Amino acid sequence: MADLALDPRAELNPTLVQGDATYAGVTDAISVITESKPPKQWYYAMAVAIPLAGLLFFCLGYLVMNGIGVWGNNSPVGWGWDITNFVWWIGIGHAGTLISAILFLFRQKWRTSINRAAEAMTLFAVACAGIYPLFHTGRPWRAAYWLFPMPNELLGMWQNFRSPLMWDVFAVSTYATVSALFWYVGLVPDLATLRDRAKGLRQQIFGILSLGWRGSARQWKHYELAYLILAGLSTPLVLSVHSIVSFDFATSVIPGWHTTIFPPYFVAGAIFSGFAMVITLMVLARWVYNLQHLITIKHLENMCKVILATGMIVGFAYGTEFFIAWYSANQYEKFAFLNRAFGPYAWAYWSMITCNVISPQFFWFKKVRTSIPAMFILAIFINIGMWFERFVIIATSLHRDFLPSSWGYFSPTWVDIGTFVGTIGLFLTLFLLFLRFLPAIAISEVKGVLHNQLVSNKGGH
Amino acid sequence: MSAIFSKKFDTTLRLAAAGVVLVLATGGGIAAYLLHPNQVDTGYTPTQPVEYSHKLHAGNLGMDCYYCHTTVEKSSFAAVPTTETCMNCHHRVKEKSPKLQMVRESYSTGQPIPWVKVHRLPDYVYFNHQAHVTSGVSCVSCHGRVDQMVEVKQVEPLTMAWCLDCHRNPAPKVRPAEFVTKLDWSPEGDPVELGLKIVQAKGIQPPTHCSGCHR
Repeated sequence: MADLALDPRAELNPTLVQGDATYAGVTDAISVITESKPPKQWYYAMAVAIPLAGLLFFCLGYLVMNGIGVWGNNSPVGWGWDITNFVWWIGIGHAGTLISAILFLFRQKWRTSINRAAEAMTLFAVACAGIYPLFHTGRPWRAAYWLFPMPNELLGMWQNFRSPLMWDVFAVSTYATVSALFWYVGLVPDLATLRDRAKGLRQQIFGILSLGWRGSARQWKHYELAYLILAGLSTPLVLSVHSIVSFDFATSVIPGWHTTIFPPYFVAGAIFSGFAMVITLMVLARWVYNLQHLITIKHLENMCKVILATGMIVGFAYGTEFFIAWYSANQYEKFAFLNRAFGPYAWAYWSMITCNVISPQFFWFKKVRTSIPAMFILAIFINIGMWFERFVIIATSLHRDFLPSSWGYFSPTWVDIGTFVGTIGLFLTLFLLFLRFLPAIAISEVKGVLHNQLVSNKGGH
Repeated sequence: MSAIFSKKFDTTLRLAAAGVVLVLATGGGIAAYLLHPNQVDTGYTPTQPVEYSHKLHAGNLGMDCYYCHTTVEKSSFAAVPTTETCMNCHHRVKEKSPKLQMVRESYSTGQPIPWVKVHRLPDYVYFNHQAHVTSGVSCVSCHGRVDQMVEVKQVEPLTMAWCLDCHRNPAPKVRPAEFVTKLDWSPEGDPVELGLKIVQAKGIQPPTHCSGCHR
C-alpha cells in the first residue's frame, strides 16, 4: 500500500494491470459495472439462483414446522449433510481471509484484484454455513440462548465451556464479525469513488456508506493503519477457525475422528476448497464483466499454485491417517479406515480421492494452470471433492457404531438435498447482488499496484 | 465539489441510529417478556370435551389421584383414565346427566374421549413419571392444587431452569411416598430436614447432566 513503491519485489510482477492501465481506466472499468444495467448473463444467473434460494427458505420452513426428523440424520449417523455442509461452507470462506489478510501481510501484490470478491465470498459462505447448526437445533428462535452464553432463566445453566461446540460458536461468530469489518473498511475508499461519480439518491446512499471519506492524506494514514490491524486480527483466524471446527470431531472418541492431525489437515483443506471456489467465481465474473485486464491469467495461475500446494497437504493427510491407523495397532482405528476405503461408503471415499488428490496434480503443468476451461473444471472437481471429504469423515465414522447392532447407513432426504442446493442458491444470489451493486474489485488497491507498474515502466526510481 | 449533506446530517444520522437500536432493544425486551413460558405456558387451561371437575372429584369427594391415574407410580407415562374408569361409578351415579352424554357414548362405542393434555413437555425431553412419584415428589409440586381446580390449569412454567431447581436441591420437595397424593399435606417438623432424611435413605440423586433428560 503506502510503501509499494519502495518494495523492490514489486518489479517481479510488472503487469498485474493490463489493457487501459491508467487510473481513470481502472476506476471506469470497475465503477461502470455498478452504474449500468447488468449484462444478460447476470439475469440468467439470477434466474437460476433466486429460485434455488427460495427452495432453501421453503426447506427451512418445512423443517421448522415438522422438526429435524425431516433430515436423514438419525442414530447412529447423528450428523449428516447438515454438518457436512456447515464445514464445507466454512472452509470455502477461508480463501477470502487468506487472500485478504495473510497475502496482504506478505505483500503479495497479486491479491489486489481478487481480494474484494474473495472477502465477499467469505461473508456469504459463512452466512450459508451458519444456517446449518442454527437449524439443526430445530428451534432456531431459541438458538440465541442455546448457543451463546446469554443470561436467561429458562435453561438454568450455562453452556458447556469445555465443549469445542461452544468454542465453535465463538470462532465462527468472531470470524464473521472480523471478516465483515475487514471487508467494509476496505470498501470505504471505493464507496467514496462511487459516491463522487453519482448523482441524487445514489450519491446520498453511497455518501452515507462511505462514512465521510474525502481521501485526505490524514484519512489514508488512519485507513491504512486500521487495515493493517484488521489484517493482523484476521490472520490467526485463518488458522484458528477451522482448527476449532476440526476439534468438534477430534476431541470425540469416535475412531476416524479422534485424530491429532485434524487441525492442520482441516485448515489446508479449507484453503484448498476456498481457492477452488474463488477460481470458480472469478472465472465467471471476469467473463461476464470483461475484466480480463484486471483479473489476469497471472492471478488465476497463482491461485492454481496455492491449490496445488494445499492439495498436496490434503493428500498427505489422507495418507498419514492410514499410516497411523496401521501404526497405532488400534483395531478400531484400523477398521474405521479400511471401512472408509472399502466399506459401504467406498464410492464416496474414492470420489474424494479422485477429486482432491488426483485432480490438483494437473496443476503441475503450466498449460493447465493458464487454461481457463481446464482450471474451471478442476476447480469444480475440487469443490465436489472437498464436499465429499467432509461427508466421508462424518458419515463413515458414525455409521459403524461400536455396537454392531447399531450399525446403519445414511441416506439424505429431499429436504437435505433441497437445503444444500438452496444454500448454493443463496450464496449465488448474494454474490450476484454484490457484483451488481458494489465495486467487485478494490479500485484503490489496484491503483496502488498500477502506480508501481507505471513507475517501473518509466525505468523505476 | 459541493457538500452532499448539510452540517446537521451527521448528528441526525447518529441520533437515528441510536433510535433504531433503542426501538429494537425495547421491542426485543418486550417480546422476550411476552414470549417467556411464564406468560405463554403458565395458566394454560384448555377446554376439555367433558365438563369434568377435579375440584368436585378430588377435592369435595376426596377421591385419591391413584384411583383414576393408575400408572403414575408404575410407568414413565402418566395415563389418562379410560371411560370404563368413569363408568365404574357413573353407571349408577348421575347416570342420566346430560353432562355425561359423551362419556356414555364413549362407553357404548368404545371410542375414547378426546381429553386434551395440559402438561406437555417438549419431545426432546425424556420424563419418567414413576421415578418422580416413587421418590416422593408430590403431584402438587408440578401440577398445583388440582383438588381445588374445576378445570385443570398449568400453574408451573415447566422450563428447564424450573426442573433443575428441584434436581439440584430435591430435599424441600420430597415427602414420604405414602403422602404423595395428599395435596394439602405438610409435615409436623421442618420439611427440609425430613426431605434430607428421605433423600439420604432412598439415595436420591436426581440427574443434572444433559443426557439425564435429553437422550
